[in-house]
Amino acid sequence: MNKVESTFRNMVLTLFIVTLVASSALGFVYALTKEPIEAARLAKRTRAITDVLPEYNNNPLEDSYKLAADGDTLYFYPGTMNGELVGTAVETFTTQGFSGEIKLMVGLLPDGTINDISVLEHKETPGLGDKMDKKKSDFSLQFQGKDPMDFTISVTQDGGNVQAITASTVSSRAFCDAVIRAYNAYMEGGKQ
Amino acid sequence: MEYIIIIISAVFVNNIVLAKFLGICPFIGVSNKVETAIGMTGAVTFVMVIATIVTYLIQHYVLEKFGIGFLQTIMFILVIASLVQMVEIVLKRVSIALYQALGIFLPLITTNCAVLGVAILAVQNDYNLLESVVFSAANALGFGLALVTFSGIREQLDLLDLPKAMEGVPIAFVVAGLLAMAFMGFAGIV
Amino acid sequence: MTQWKNFTKGFFKENAVFVLFLGLCPTLGVTNSAINGMGMGLATTFVLVGSNLVVSLIRHWIPDKVRIPTFIVVIASFVTIVELSMQAYLPDLFDELGLFIPLIVVNCLILGRAEAFASRHNLASAIVDGLGMGLGFTMALVLLGGVREILGSGSIFGLKFINGDGILLFVLAPGAFIALGYMIVLINKINKKSA
Repeated sequence: MNKVESTFRNMVLTLFIVTLVASSALGFVYALTKEPIEAARLAKRTRAITDVLPEYNNNPLEDSYKLAADGDTLYFYPGTMNGELVGTAVETFTTQGFSGEIKLMVGLLPDGTINDISVLEHKETPGLGDKMDKKKSDFSLQFQGKDPMDFTISVTQDGGNVQAITASTVSSRAFCDAVIRAYNAYMEGGKQ
Repeated sequence: MEYIIIIISAVFVNNIVLAKFLGICPFIGVSNKVETAIGMTGAVTFVMVIATIVTYLIQHYVLEKFGIGFLQTIMFILVIASLVQMVEIVLKRVSIALYQALGIFLPLITTNCAVLGVAILAVQNDYNLLESVVFSAANALGFGLALVTFSGIREQLDLLDLPKAMEGVPIAFVVAGLLAMAFMGFAGIV
Repeated sequence: MTQWKNFTKGFFKENAVFVLFLGLCPTLGVTNSAINGMGMGLATTFVLVGSNLVVSLIRHWIPDKVRIPTFIVVIASFVTIVELSMQAYLPDLFDELGLFIPLIVVNCLILGRAEAFASRHNLASAIVDGLGMGLGFTMALVLLGGVREILGSGSIFGLKFINGDGILLFVLAPGAFIALGYMIVLINKINKKSA
């Protein structure tokens, strides 16, 4: 099977050549795929923004800005139609999820009314907390068109107006926490 | 306080074997005796912690510095393979008995998804060096917990009268599923 | 053995998952749906065929003592190619499979075939072996993924046929173990009958 002896020189040489060829091939593939990967990442983010904002014709990613909040950062993506602000998508978070961090994209109209909300990331329990996702239940639809000044963003168990997901009060509370964080940050310093 | 959360999360809530499905091969292969399970855990802990430290250094001072992040997979696995080689050499000198008890499973630590998995996770979670060390040690502990518990159960399973088709690996998997179910109860602690 | 036998052994008699018990981590980790199982299986098959090909090509020039590290570099390279390609062209699948894509490199199946077969056989046989074992692995993952998806989500390949959730246990960790355990029993029975 082998015609090459396992001398030190041969071993080092073989490994060196193999690694060299491998790294070069990979460098080539990397250069090839660099742009498509960036494009895919941008498309994902843009999709999340388009989901929650009314129609716009600018590039929210280019016009984005960020603010520090509660030990982390919130990202704001304004959507404009012909230069006029139609809404701002806020990438917000909460650390109070049942199984860890939850990330939401909250679409706010210029006056702070909630347009729509999308779930970006979560680790909640399937069948319970994961119902916060639009694909699983209508829980997040109740926020559409609501002004947090009139519609208190906390679960009814805490005296608010939000109908929690059955048997998932913790997840529902966390959801509200993220929404409030986005709203407060926007109203206090986000409007631009 | 952060460290306590990392530890509890890695050992119980996100147990590397029962929740994250890493390290299954040794889990099934080495778990029929409690003694070998303990020995395997020791070897894995050693490799896992040192591998995480070295890969952390490589990630931050080589890969990110020179923008060659795409070589992460190759570099990480080469580090692990070399470490296992070294452990083999050291074990041969220090404790020939343990070396022989572990047998084929020692070189198999290289292909143990848990070791590579933990190294990658530590980078993904953006831990600093100390957090990475705690994280990897905690995961090794979680691995050991699952492995030793399971081997204790398997030693008892061997004494049972089972349908022929279920003997050995199948019943081991079903029991592992029940064990995983038990560990699900830890969700929500952190 | 004939190339046909070489190709088909990976499906039942020497199935990576149900008989050889290799590659179990991805088997349990990404089979919460049939599509994920298929994606992972095909990615692994690509790496397996690629590495078998290269290993067989260079087998006469690798000094014996460094063959394992050499195999590892070859395998890791193909895995990285899969990683980058998936990230660029199949980003959603990439997110679903997550950590398990780089972990293909430690799939004992691939290193096992390089060591046990590709380094000792000619190019054609090595490629056929890679294809057979890889597709057999894919079949196992799709089967397990399908079972878990039907029982757990009430859908198959994304097409739902019940309203709401199924037996959620099956898309979670415990269900993976239990489903696999019973599938091994099933495959054992099939193998015994045709033996």
